[in-house]
Amino acid sequence: MESTKPITLHESNAEAKPAGHDAGSALSWSSKDGVIELALHRAPCNELGSTSLEELEKFATALQQMQGSMHALIIHSEMKSGFCAGADLRELYRRSHALDKAEAAKGVRDFLERIHRVLNLIDAAPLTTIAAVHGVTFGGGFELALTCDLIIADKMARFCFPELRLGLIPGFGGIPRLKRDLGNAIVRDLLLTGRSFNATKAQQIGLVSQVVGEGEALRAARATAAQLGKFDSVTAAAAKKFIKPIPHEELRHEIDLFCQLFASPAVESGLRKFVDSTDAQPYLP
Amino acid sequence: MKIMPTAEQTLQEIMNLAATHFKVSPDKLRPDEDFFKTLGIDSLQALDLLTKLENHFKIELPDYELQGVSDFRTLAARIQARL
Repeated sequence: MESTKPITLHESNAEAKPAGHDAGSALSWSSKDGVIELALHRAPCNELGSTSLEELEKFATALQQMQGSMHALIIHSEMKSGFCAGADLRELYRRSHALDKAEAAKGVRDFLERIHRVLNLIDAAPLTTIAAVHGVTFGGGFELALTCDLIIADKMARFCFPELRLGLIPGFGGIPRLKRDLGNAIVRDLLLTGRSFNATKAQQIGLVSQVVGEGEALRAARATAAQLGKFDSVTAAAAKKFIKPIPHEELRHEIDLFCQLFASPAVESGLRKFVDSTDAQPYLP
Repeated sequence: MKIMPTAEQTLQEIMNLAATHFKVSPDKLRPDEDFFKTLGIDSLQALDLLTKLENHFKIELPDYELQGVSDFRTLAARIQARL
């Protein structure tokens, strides 16, 4: 039985050090009793930019070292506003404006390939993964949740793929994973309308396995992870591999399509509108 | 047989829910005033309110139906149409 070994993102080696949140860190992880917990804590709502990606890559390396002796991974957010609001669009806009078109396109492809590598690792990890979500679970945040085997949502969780509002499609693997989990009619509805929907609806369509009271998602995820610990982890990993295909070809196609769309004027206009919005977080359509 | 609430009842329920959720006195809320300003909320908090209302009224209200909606009376009409 492992003792609690919180690990902050300063570590590049596997050796655990006492926990501590660094104000500059986007996430941290710990393990106890065969369960890894990955906590997201980048203000305002865990927007996924270069810092988060670097730290997710470090986590992915650590996960590969840990996963053989663990039976579950829980991903959750410590930010009040929600699980994750998606890609850091302000950083994307700022960086793409600082580069010429060809460099910006290369930068975007590079980012996508890196984040796909991380998310594919989590998706295929030989342990049961649980996303414990609350509040805003949009775009890239929704895509992160979709890599998990189970989503447990508190009743205030809200899901959305708003990318079409920016002239884009989800680029972190959301479309192939959504297609894997849901019927095509629902996928069309969610993607083409770009509307957000609540946890009750998410459970009705088969996306969310449990809806719990406000603030209860992590507790419920821990109870579920404890249950998973009763089963042989090698058998569970084999069952998961059998049940859950990773749509590698479609994931690569999604990257290509995203990069193709990124070059269009609609994206520049959509990103500028988001960045220029005077609302603190312009999440209404 | 379920009795449909009137538009006025729905409006009152919405205002009471909003007052409770955002911890303001119901006296401060007016049906025709801009609730973003009165409540001091942003779009994320508005989505929270939408979730509360959907859960309370057991409806699904696409958020694009809220485009341009900033007063409780219009919001109530949108919800009433889904009951």
